[in-house]
Amino acid sequence: MTAIAPGTTPTSSPRSSAARARLLRSLLPALSLALVLIAIAWLNPRAISYFGFSLMLNLAIPIALATIAQMFVISGNELDLSIGTFVGFVGCVTATWLKDAPLLGVIVLIGAIGVYALLGALIHLRNLPSIVVTLGMSFVWQGLAILVLPKPGGKAPDWLLALMSFKPPFIPFPIIAALVIAAVVHFGLMRTSYGVILRGSGGNPAALRRAGWSLLRTKIVLFALTGLFGVLSGMALIGITTSADANIGNGYTLLAIAGVILGGGEFVGGRVSPIGAVLGALTLALAASPLLTFMHIPPDWQVAANGAILIIVLAARVLISRRER
Amino acid sequence: MTFVKSLAAKPWIWSFLGALLVWLATISFTGGYGGGGMVTAALSLAVFTVIVGVGQMFVITLGPGNVDLSLPANIGLASAVAMKVMDGSDSMIVVGLLAALACGAAIGAVNYLLIWALRIPPIIATLSASFIIQSIDISYGRGLQIKPPPGFADFANWQILGIPVLAILTVLFTIGAAIALQRMIYGRSVLAIGQNIRAAWLAGVNVGRTRFLTYTLSGVLGGIDGALLAGYFRGANVDIGNEYLLASIAVVVIGGTSVAGGKANVPGVWGAALFLVLLLTMLNTFGVSAGVRLLLTGLIIVGVITVAGGEKASR
Repeated sequence: MTAIAPGTTPTSSPRSSAARARLLRSLLPALSLALVLIAIAWLNPRAISYFGFSLMLNLAIPIALATIAQMFVISGNELDLSIGTFVGFVGCVTATWLKDAPLLGVIVLIGAIGVYALLGALIHLRNLPSIVVTLGMSFVWQGLAILVLPKPGGKAPDWLLALMSFKPPFIPFPIIAALVIAAVVHFGLMRTSYGVILRGSGGNPAALRRAGWSLLRTKIVLFALTGLFGVLSGMALIGITTSADANIGNGYTLLAIAGVILGGGEFVGGRVSPIGAVLGALTLALAASPLLTFMHIPPDWQVAANGAILIIVLAARVLISRRER
Repeated sequence: MTFVKSLAAKPWIWSFLGALLVWLATISFTGGYGGGGMVTAALSLAVFTVIVGVGQMFVITLGPGNVDLSLPANIGLASAVAMKVMDGSDSMIVVGLLAALACGAAIGAVNYLLIWALRIPPIIATLSASFIIQSIDISYGRGLQIKPPPGFADFANWQILGIPVLAILTVLFTIGAAIALQRMIYGRSVLAIGQNIRAAWLAGVNVGRTRFLTYTLSGVLGGIDGALLAGYFRGANVDIGNEYLLASIAVVVIGGTSVAGGKANVPGVWGAALFLVLLLTMLNTFGVSAGVRLLLTGLIIVGVITVAGGEKASR
């Protein structure tokens, strides 16, 4: 409850307070990232440099891409529990076929996006729970990854290595990449008219259907976009690690969901934020490993840090939302 | 004919049919050899899936969005707690089981606390909780190489005439769960909340308490499962519960429980668990590689769900 400022009418004051709460809420992802950055700067000032950021945020690019992938299914009220093993599968294909037989590699990766589109159609047509279908698919992707690359190894294509180790002047590459990803997806999903339809399919599917839009099509598009960003995430990951392993992406499933929620996304209702999702992914990437290292906390607690951040941010959101009413 | 029809209308019959088919396919491959032993092995492994499956079933029945993702972490931590408390001595078995149970109950209660206090979807609450539990387990159970007390390990592997005693006890437990679900106020409340949470609330169902009990129940069952698994496999480890995330959700759905909530099916959990375990046995018998086994498991689960799970949402 905020005090009513003198001079404002009672009707406008709750509204302006609600607007302030909304603003605060949309700033929450940026605030949490800033907090983590300040903590890092305080613990280890030398980390705040071109080189420091390039190192600390290295793995943030694939995490951000996987988070965006997850965000697309979530905006359609679904959940993808297979994105981690999918990233691993893409990684294995990237480190083998994409290097040795580029044409085959490209066909396989496009085919994988097609499988995602088909899953979207299947889930919509048979009214299936996406959690179970994608849990099943996580086994499929992992099995395929092991078949493609039975032992850790392979090598990233040279062009991918060159791209991921690109060193632009002044601003570290991961930051530029994060800005580009956030800007492109924000424009596509938040500023185009079909983006509104896509989010509407999660917000009010019944209204959308009555307005004549195909929910089958929106679901297929959302799942295909998830597949596309999953492919980008796997390729980016291999560009950084240079070789692959069938289990390389397993942790990404839960990280990606956490990133979307940290970034202000909600599970139902098509309320998602691409910029927030990227910020959430960066926060998780920074908090999980560099921050803990600087605080001399053993890596055992890496996963717990992610959980704790999630809970703290959600608690802050509850406090803010209480004022929003 | 009417008998067949009424049997076919029971959603759980399909999971048992599937289990039977898989079993027949396997023994026809081995030429009838080892069919009995396979059933024994399947029963003793299915027990662990059934126990967490029942917990997950109650949670999922609460309605859309309700799912317990913390079960694998819960199982892992409880197995470590049980082994540490028992410390290899037979006299501490009961205390160790109680400790695992308490550990599970605490996890379940924390899950509901997060859902209630932060007003977040259960998926996210149990997910964040599982992150933290996992870390506690890694830190607490590091290098833990305590063997279960011999008495406990023998109990977990005890068979009478080829029937695992644990399986008999679990059958009794599932009968109890079915009675609780269909005949007791608690179970009817869970079903009512799953059908329409607002209507249930208006009808005077104590929604908060029922949800709290359900998440705690799921946590308790995860805790017991962890202790039993550590006894059966003769040792605890961090990854011991990993496969039970998919398994617990899959058996609920394959067993005919509605993912939209409000409709649960206890016998189906048994059928589906036997189906999954026998499926793995079959793939191992056929001698396929790890990659193909994972691939086929995934495809069959997706296939079964596609055939069985396609119900129209009534709301």
